[in-house]
Amino acid sequence: MNPAQLESLHRELATVLPGDAILHRREDVLPYGFDGTAAVKQSPQLVVLPRTAQEVSAVLKIAARHQVPVVARGSGTGLSGGSVPVPHGIVLCLAWMDRILELDAQNLTLLAEAGAVTQKIFERADAAGLFYPPDPGSMKVSSIGGNVAENAGGLRGLKYGVTRNYVLGLEVVLADGEICWLGNKCVKDVAGYNLRDLFIGSEGTLGVVTKVLLRLLPKPAARRTLLATFASMEAAAESVSRIIAAKIVPCTLEFLDRKTINCVEAFAHVGLPRDAAALLLIETDGHPVAVEEEATLIEAICRAALATQVTRAATLAESVRLATARRSAFSALARLRPTTILEDVTVPRSELASMIREVEAVAARHQVEIATFGHFGDGNLHPTILTDERDAAEMHRVEAAICDIVRAALARGGTISGEHGVGLAKKRFLREQLGDANYRLLRTLKRALDPTGLLNPGKIFDLREPDRHG
Amino acid sequence: MDNSGHSPAIVSNVPTALSAGGSETLPASSAPAVRTGLAALDYSVLQQCMHCGMCLPTCPTYVETKLERHSPRGRIALMRAIADEELSVTREFGEEMYYCLGCLACTSACPAGVNYAELFETARADIEQHQVLASPARSSVRWFALRLIFTRPRLLRFLGRLLWLYQASGAQALVRRWRLTRLLPTRLRGLEAQTPIVRRHFSDELIRETEPAEGPKRYRVALLTGCVQDLVYSEVNRATAEVLAVNGCEVFTPRQQPCCGSLHAHNGDTATAAMLARRHLDTIDPFQVDAIISNAGGCGSHLRQYDHLLRDDAVYRDRAKEWSRKLRDIHEWLVEIGFRPPRPAEKGEAAGDAKPRDAAEEVVPAAVAVTYHESCHLCHGQRVSAQPREILRSIPGLELRECAEATWCCGSAGIYNITQPDTAAWLQERKVGHIVATGAQIVATANPGCLLQLVNGLKSAPAAPIRVEHPVVLLAEAYRAERPVTPITTHP
Repeated sequence: MNPAQLESLHRELATVLPGDAILHRREDVLPYGFDGTAAVKQSPQLVVLPRTAQEVSAVLKIAARHQVPVVARGSGTGLSGGSVPVPHGIVLCLAWMDRILELDAQNLTLLAEAGAVTQKIFERADAAGLFYPPDPGSMKVSSIGGNVAENAGGLRGLKYGVTRNYVLGLEVVLADGEICWLGNKCVKDVAGYNLRDLFIGSEGTLGVVTKVLLRLLPKPAARRTLLATFASMEAAAESVSRIIAAKIVPCTLEFLDRKTINCVEAFAHVGLPRDAAALLLIETDGHPVAVEEEATLIEAICRAALATQVTRAATLAESVRLATARRSAFSALARLRPTTILEDVTVPRSELASMIREVEAVAARHQVEIATFGHFGDGNLHPTILTDERDAAEMHRVEAAICDIVRAALARGGTISGEHGVGLAKKRFLREQLGDANYRLLRTLKRALDPTGLLNPGKIFDLREPDRHG
Repeated sequence: MDNSGHSPAIVSNVPTALSAGGSETLPASSAPAVRTGLAALDYSVLQQCMHCGMCLPTCPTYVETKLERHSPRGRIALMRAIADEELSVTREFGEEMYYCLGCLACTSACPAGVNYAELFETARADIEQHQVLASPARSSVRWFALRLIFTRPRLLRFLGRLLWLYQASGAQALVRRWRLTRLLPTRLRGLEAQTPIVRRHFSDELIRETEPAEGPKRYRVALLTGCVQDLVYSEVNRATAEVLAVNGCEVFTPRQQPCCGSLHAHNGDTATAAMLARRHLDTIDPFQVDAIISNAGGCGSHLRQYDHLLRDDAVYRDRAKEWSRKLRDIHEWLVEIGFRPPRPAEKGEAAGDAKPRDAAEEVVPAAVAVTYHESCHLCHGQRVSAQPREILRSIPGLELRECAEATWCCGSAGIYNITQPDTAAWLQERKVGHIVATGAQIVATANPGCLLQLVNGLKSAPAAPIRVEHPVVLLAEAYRAERPVTPITTHP
């Protein structure tokens, strides 16, 4: 974009937005050049901060007229580069649309603007005796709109599912500026295509989510947290298999390896055993009697699978502290090396132990440092590569290691991303996973909803890249 | 590669002619070296931020604006852009870094362990060196405060004495009654109302140079009395000396102490900060004491960094290392040495009671509710958070009630309430609201800036008067209540 075009775009935006809602100075826009993903940044030309869906619509119409790409952004905590700006683009930041509009205690729903912070939604529900289960690691910061766009998971995914399972309705602004509502408060609804689900996890490439209607659950009456330590990763993986085989569905079944344990403990000081090779954080919730029974069973299974120690959190506050500490794992690993590259491969749970062994083999093969943690109960691993982006030779080995990890997951019937989305970071592997027909269908949909490729272009897949078979 | 310490590369933007009037040990202004400030900083400090955003909800200026630029990771991104030479040190950047409170709440929230304090001080020093905010008025104020007043303890005490006379003589009351303050510009008028009340007796009149331990001597400690605290909260210093003595510490309190330099370091004058640190090390030999005690959160946070500040000073390096190793916040020290919990007072007189009791209350002494506001640089800067609470809980007749957002800045933030009055007032109001909501009769806090900010904030609170006190004063009162009445007097 040349200065005259920029000037004209800016002038036109100023007719639909108040002056404070358009950022253009370098010092103002530079901090929007990245999200939570390592080693990707791109400074935007302009940042706009709308306060209503109407303003979002007006911005998209102007962007369409000027053929300027728009990248929607919430709190910028994404882990696949989904909200990293595209060259010469506008960032449409929804942080100012952060109100929780309604809690309907009769229908157990909550209506919030897209910029509302996940933690605030959880707290609002909690205060009413209700429960919003999805709890991504960044929930204290992340916005609900961003959670919907990435279909964010979290620690409770095993029992409660992910963001998609709690979205009843969406207000979406389409690429042409049209504002439309998808879904309603009904528990059942089969009228028309399920377009709502199309937008969940679409990473801002099909429309901009401006409001979210969420389904809430009654708050579980009781909760128990257990901490089991192991002398080997295999023993931990074996425990997980046995728990699942015993037909127990804990709310949370998290795994941390030694490196992760040590980094988390250095930050959070919650008393994790620094000498353990592996640790499982297990939480069960529900009716007090059931919870007690499950906790006892889980404890016995872990001991039988050679856990070196199994302890129970004494209080609710301690449970919360442990879960919070676990959520810091990814960021805490940044203590070890300058650059922290987080992977998100997921395999069928029966493949977990073999996948873990493969990650260890990859680290040894390419001489890179990898710490692994993740949601063992879902088969969702977070092998985290600790490196330095300024070391070209090392980054070369890191690249090779990532490829090997992804291929190993795919070979086991897994997916390249369990919960972080494809964004920029994983798009080169998408076709390999989906196959050509599936991949073409993605493009067909994108072209139908955003014919000129205005919305977050170049994320998930490239629209313009020549189709190998089509 | 180093940029701090007493490198002549970084000096404030004070004209050299004015600097000549400063101390003989001050470095003269000189042309900047090739790479200084952020550009010369060890890049790994900047790289440590992986921009995960965990800091955002803890940052008051981000919460106020919801703009990335006003967040810790946004500011670090700007600093990194400067280090990468994608951005120069601009006026906008300068304003941004002075909009930052420097409360360090982000460092407590940061799982990656980013050293924001160092980034913050380096950035501000860079801003002063590049003079992007320079104006004649700003330069004069900076020279007056940083180079003149807060480098000369005698002058500061003299000015304090004048202010005391003005207040004690009734002149201040007259000026206010006759509304002569209307003659002041609006901004100064607001500040005038916040003028702290200067104490009649400063620390050196309340504390002997060496106070013996009560009972067997277990430790010998040095007590730092601060500069502002010495004038307006000298009773906190007195109380600190008392509680130390009760717990077996012989207390050495140099009668004349320099400012710790935190004001300078936080405002981009690293050179003067280093000079003041060296003066401190001349006044107190850290090898001769078991601990050096600070009772002000803001000072303590900076005092601990002397080892870092003087790491390239061949003469002072070892002393500074020992100093930092022995520097303790008073609460931290008391808990570390296993302080004796006060015994309940004989006549049912609860310590720290804010108002006289009536006959009915005399029969069943009700607990007095106290809430604790955490000084940013005590909890985030020094990671001392549990210990003051442990002390408050130990006091008979006090009930500790937690306050929402206890770790949030009150808006005082050094001189922030002077430089950014709007944000400071917003934070003050938010803080006062949370304190009032607890229903506590006392709010305890361990930093003179916070004490002043809360006193001023609570003046306009609609609720019953709430006493603002340092935890150590409450502890000292409880110890005093154990024995026959002995009023605090000046020593001969």
